[in-house]
Amino acid sequence: MSIFVDKNTRLLVQGITGKEGRFHTHQCIAYGTNIVAGVTPGKGRVRIDDIPVFNTVGEAVDKTGANCSMVFAPPQYATDAIVEAADNGIEIIVAITEGIPVLDMMKVRSYLGNARSRLVGPNCPGIITPGQCKVGIMPGFIHKPGGPIGVVSRSGTLTYEVVNQLTLQGIGQTTCIGIGGDPVIGTSFIDCLDAFERDPDTKGIVMVGEIGGSAEEAAAEFIYNNMKKKVVGFIAGLTAPPGRRMGHAGAIVSGGRGTAQEKIAALKEGGVYMCEDLCTLGEFCAEVFKQ
Amino acid sequence: MRLHEYQAKELFKKYNISVPDGGIAFDPDEARATARRIGRFPVVIKAQIHAGGRGKGGGIKLAGSTDEVYSLTHRIIGTKIVTSQTGREGKLVRKVLVEEKLEIDKELYLGIIIDRKTSKILIMASEAGGIDIEDAAAADPDKIIRVFIDPNLGIQPFHCREIAFDLKLTSSVWKQFVGMLQSLYRLFVDYDCSLAEINPLVVTSKESIVALDAKIDIDDNSMFRHRNILEYRDIEEEDPLEVEASRFNLNYIKMNGNVGNMVNGAGLAMATMDIIKLAGAAPANFLDVGGGTTIEMVEKGFGIILSDKDVKLVFINIFGGILRCDVLAKGVVQAAEKIDVNIPVIVRMDGTNIEEGRRILFESSFKPIYTENLKDAAQKISEFAGAGAMLGGERHKV
Repeated sequence: MSIFVDKNTRLLVQGITGKEGRFHTHQCIAYGTNIVAGVTPGKGRVRIDDIPVFNTVGEAVDKTGANCSMVFAPPQYATDAIVEAADNGIEIIVAITEGIPVLDMMKVRSYLGNARSRLVGPNCPGIITPGQCKVGIMPGFIHKPGGPIGVVSRSGTLTYEVVNQLTLQGIGQTTCIGIGGDPVIGTSFIDCLDAFERDPDTKGIVMVGEIGGSAEEAAAEFIYNNMKKKVVGFIAGLTAPPGRRMGHAGAIVSGGRGTAQEKIAALKEGGVYMCEDLCTLGEFCAEVFKQ
Repeated sequence: MRLHEYQAKELFKKYNISVPDGGIAFDPDEARATARRIGRFPVVIKAQIHAGGRGKGGGIKLAGSTDEVYSLTHRIIGTKIVTSQTGREGKLVRKVLVEEKLEIDKELYLGIIIDRKTSKILIMASEAGGIDIEDAAAADPDKIIRVFIDPNLGIQPFHCREIAFDLKLTSSVWKQFVGMLQSLYRLFVDYDCSLAEINPLVVTSKESIVALDAKIDIDDNSMFRHRNILEYRDIEEEDPLEVEASRFNLNYIKMNGNVGNMVNGAGLAMATMDIIKLAGAAPANFLDVGGGTTIEMVEKGFGIILSDKDVKLVFINIFGGILRCDVLAKGVVQAAEKIDVNIPVIVRMDGTNIEEGRRILFESSFKPIYTENLKDAAQKISEFAGAGAMLGGERHKV
């Protein structure tokens, strides 16, 4: 078992003919992902890696039964692509795109509130269920299939570091999700924690947060009230200066709020096993998840 | 992107939000000319820097005559102002805003922000103008009026009325306020603001509503549709190395320590700074070279770190995902061939194309301290920090 994506996922790539879209389509296929279609308006009928490309999501879904989409469209077109996917019944929409204006994302999120689709991201590395399906830009080879640990993170490469350390300890992963580094995102820590808690194969979770906003604090409360599985936590940004945006649009301590210290304290209070030194996270997890 | 007060007030005027009569001045002569045009004394002289808390820091002065305008402006321009938001070094003043002084009946607070938690636009208002809204919110959350706006629906007249009545505005004033708030909301949305704040918003003795101060931050991600606003960017307010880095699309932030570092990905870059701190040293910067980076960008990034005089040790930490280790290695080697690297450099790489990256580093004449293990790298930083002399500059102790 896993969450959100697995071997039955039929993936559609929006923005498949762009440089990034093309490269990662190839990588996902190489990993074993079942990519059934691409969409680039005006480029219908070409083929990328032998994948048929369509002009519209509607046509792609009709012809191929795609149920998941990975969005590479550039920031000015990305929200359009997300809504097009949602309106055509795509269940999981993974938006890789970085740099979408936050007001656009707020409108999309408000709209998606009434839709059946789940949006993951934007500004995220995507989702991978190791050994089954990779919907994103993460390097597949660092993952270890079979579980029992789920990983959820706001970051990209930091997640790879964490996953790699788990794998080196012999700890496999059920599903790893990057929820994205933007201030407004589709899927929250809580959504993922809840899904992991319900997934019978996931025995524990590693949650990687960072400065900015209050998503970790909300997650801490959720964990305290709703979770039986063990959660290991790590927060990046203890040394981040206040008022500065640390690369991710959402990574900013503003008005003294959203600090790493606050988040670590809240998560500890929520019963999360906090790892303070990234260098030893793998060993830390091995210890916590031993039983 | 942050706007200066005088720039924000220019936008206010476009949206018919009243501001005091005034003008920007880059030298005492200009300031005096503006004061003369205003024609009523005293006038207010306000230092234009990208930081709040100017009043307490000596950046806002009253002048009773044209001569005093001249002498005060002469004194303020060219000096550094230290406020709670500038850090110890303070900020150099290069221009002042000269404005009429109004007779004030009532000071209010009004701000519009993005609320991440609800994914809505949040309007905040308070009868206590001129306050630090964050302090006030912490001290007494109930004193602050909060109204959440659905971004797809936008502000409705009743939202404005609610706020106006909660602010206990008189009948002659509240209609003005409703119009003003609708304008401010329109400006907020039109310009993709992440913050639009008027603190204080005042009711004058003549019962008009005027924005005494103005603070606007614009979402950097929206710049592709606000080309015109780019002229408001004030490069002099930014760190020169940060400006240089931004020209190459590198995400660089200057800090106070002396361990320079270059990392791919913002989360790992923050975590790397934390590792440096845990190892007993202090990061000199944040530098995310990003995923889609090129050999040239890596070379430039490394060059920027090395050009920082405070840097005594460099830590390059790469977990190759999209950025392949060979690209990183080539960029680092290219930079090292052009620049005389006379400080120790620790390179930790792992991930995509590690073998090729390792080969490139080993075959070059540049000999970094190399490891593929993060714990190892931290240990090495700690050894340098422990050795003291190298990182011992007192002024950089964190």
